[in-house]
Amino acid sequence: MNFAASPVLELTLPVWRSRFLLYVFVAGFALLIGRAVYLQGLNNDFLQAKGESRYSRVMEIPANRGRILDRNGEALAISTPVKSIWAIPGEAQPSRRQLARLASLLEVPQGEIEKRLADTGRDFVFVKRQISPETAERVAGLHIPGIFESREYRRYYPSGDVTAHVLGFTGADDVGQEGVELAFQDRLAGKPGSRRVIKDRLGQTVEDVESIKAAQDGNDLTLALDARIQNLAFSQLKAAVVQNRAKAGGVVVLDVDTGELLALANFPTYNPNNRSKLAGAQLRNRAMTDTFEPGSTLKPFTIALALEAGRVRPESVIQTAPGTLSIGGATIRDAHVERSLTVAQVIQKSSNVGAAKIALGLSPESMWEMFRDVGFGSAPGLGFPGEATGKVRPYRSWKPIEQATMSYGHGIAVSLVQLARAYSVFARDGELVPLSLVRVDTPPVGRRVMAPKTALAVRAMLEMAVNRDGTAPRAQIMGYRVAGKTGTAHKEENGAYAPDKYVSSFIGFAPASHPRLVVAVMIDEPSAGRYYGGTVAAPVFAQIMAGALRTLDVAPDAPMQPIELPPEGQEVKESV
Amino acid sequence: MVRLNLVLLLVLAACALGLVTSQHQARRFFGELEQEQERSRQLGVEYGQLQLEASTWAVHARVERIASRQLHMRVPEAKRLQIARPQEAAK
Repeated sequence: MNFAASPVLELTLPVWRSRFLLYVFVAGFALLIGRAVYLQGLNNDFLQAKGESRYSRVMEIPANRGRILDRNGEALAISTPVKSIWAIPGEAQPSRRQLARLASLLEVPQGEIEKRLADTGRDFVFVKRQISPETAERVAGLHIPGIFESREYRRYYPSGDVTAHVLGFTGADDVGQEGVELAFQDRLAGKPGSRRVIKDRLGQTVEDVESIKAAQDGNDLTLALDARIQNLAFSQLKAAVVQNRAKAGGVVVLDVDTGELLALANFPTYNPNNRSKLAGAQLRNRAMTDTFEPGSTLKPFTIALALEAGRVRPESVIQTAPGTLSIGGATIRDAHVERSLTVAQVIQKSSNVGAAKIALGLSPESMWEMFRDVGFGSAPGLGFPGEATGKVRPYRSWKPIEQATMSYGHGIAVSLVQLARAYSVFARDGELVPLSLVRVDTPPVGRRVMAPKTALAVRAMLEMAVNRDGTAPRAQIMGYRVAGKTGTAHKEENGAYAPDKYVSSFIGFAPASHPRLVVAVMIDEPSAGRYYGGTVAAPVFAQIMAGALRTLDVAPDAPMQPIELPPEGQEVKESV
Repeated sequence: MVRLNLVLLLVLAACALGLVTSQHQARRFFGELEQEQERSRQLGVEYGQLQLEASTWAVHARVERIASRQLHMRVPEAKRLQIARPQEAAK
């Protein structure tokens, strides 16, 4: 049989049909090529990104926040990593059992985790932040794909509540929120870097593609603070506040030569490592941000001004009988009535009448200038967040009675740091020193505000206040000559002075022959019966000063004789 | 001609295999590098934690408490103190 001659094959199809099909195929092919060229050559960003998101990840390189050290290199704040659990929502598909385990390990409700993992539009989502490394290890042990851990930083403060107010604290991202942590944020903060890597199916990094940014660790910060003196100041202050059932208290210790802040303590305080139950009162850095009417601690400045102006000499006699002075309907009183006092005794016995009489011989403008010169009414310039400037009203608005009361520290508001700094003028023979929170290696240059002769004369008067016949015999320290002044002021409440609320203070420096340290102590509302600066604040001063001088190996400048206290009940009472 | 092509093919195959091996090795070394870097980070972390621990143990309040309560140490009374001055000792 001849198949080739089959009649079926005899059929001839029209040529256009095969042509037509050929053209259809060619057109289809061209379309595909065009599309391929378009996707891979011309408009390839989208697919490129999709592809890369399968294998390429940008990883953050963490950077350490710098440590905060005390002047001797002791660590006061250290950041250490904790773990955080995060997920790639598109890739994390835990089984029900895994999810339940994860929820119980992290102590997060299961529904919450599910909700976060459902957000597949995102590449990254935190499941829980800041957990202990042990918990993180157990989470890793669950081997859930798409769930990862990363390091974060948490700041720890080994000395806890002792240094809380100076250091402040950081928030969740290790960013300073208070105190030194905030003031020196730029210096302390590290700059995290990032790099692009290729990851395999198991999430392991297999190749480094590029380094986008190198990580930069934060710088360490060396403070002026001396941890030993800080601890001493804090523990003495705490004991005094508790013993006197006071509302609060503050201590400032300054280095006379360098203006460094060696200690700054406040009570009540808080533990910066556990800030879950924080109240506003605990957070307040009173010594730095609160102002108060200083009371008699301001008298030395009035006297210094009068000496400087040549109005009086230390031995000039001021009539103080009968212990009261009426100016424009108001009466100034002395607690301790004397017929007459020398100018030096006005300081020693803290006579309001004496100070007021001296002040009335001075011009308001010169008093105002003196207050401004020693730093009242302007920020002390430590760079600390929220430093109080205090309040000194313009002299043009002063009435005579106001000028008189201002001479003994009423009608004016200052912070404890300002007061301590102002006393450095007497300790430095008339120079006001700039303060510093960080350690300084070259002593700064002070600004002269009074003649050395005046400062020395006032210093001698301040030494008299700290002996048997002064208002502060309890500020004496065996082996050292101490100079200082007590302050006891009624607290102002709703525009009037509260009769039973006081602020007791003592500011002094030692050794008087060559002052090294200024210590300022303020006790707010002592309510255990005693309220005079000489009985409440002066003993705290003595304890802190004695300990600090010993710590710094300062040579004694007085014979080692037991200190003399006046007989019980015969102490010179300060005028309030 | 055919022989040359065969040689080139063999060379090509060898190169391809070499590429695969070296890529594999690169990945392996990279993995090791990663591990070592991770270890160095871990050690850094441990250093920080030890520092933290050291300063926590050395907190002055604690030292003082132990000195006074456990070891019964105290500051000597002033009358029992003798101040030695270097210039006096030299005389």
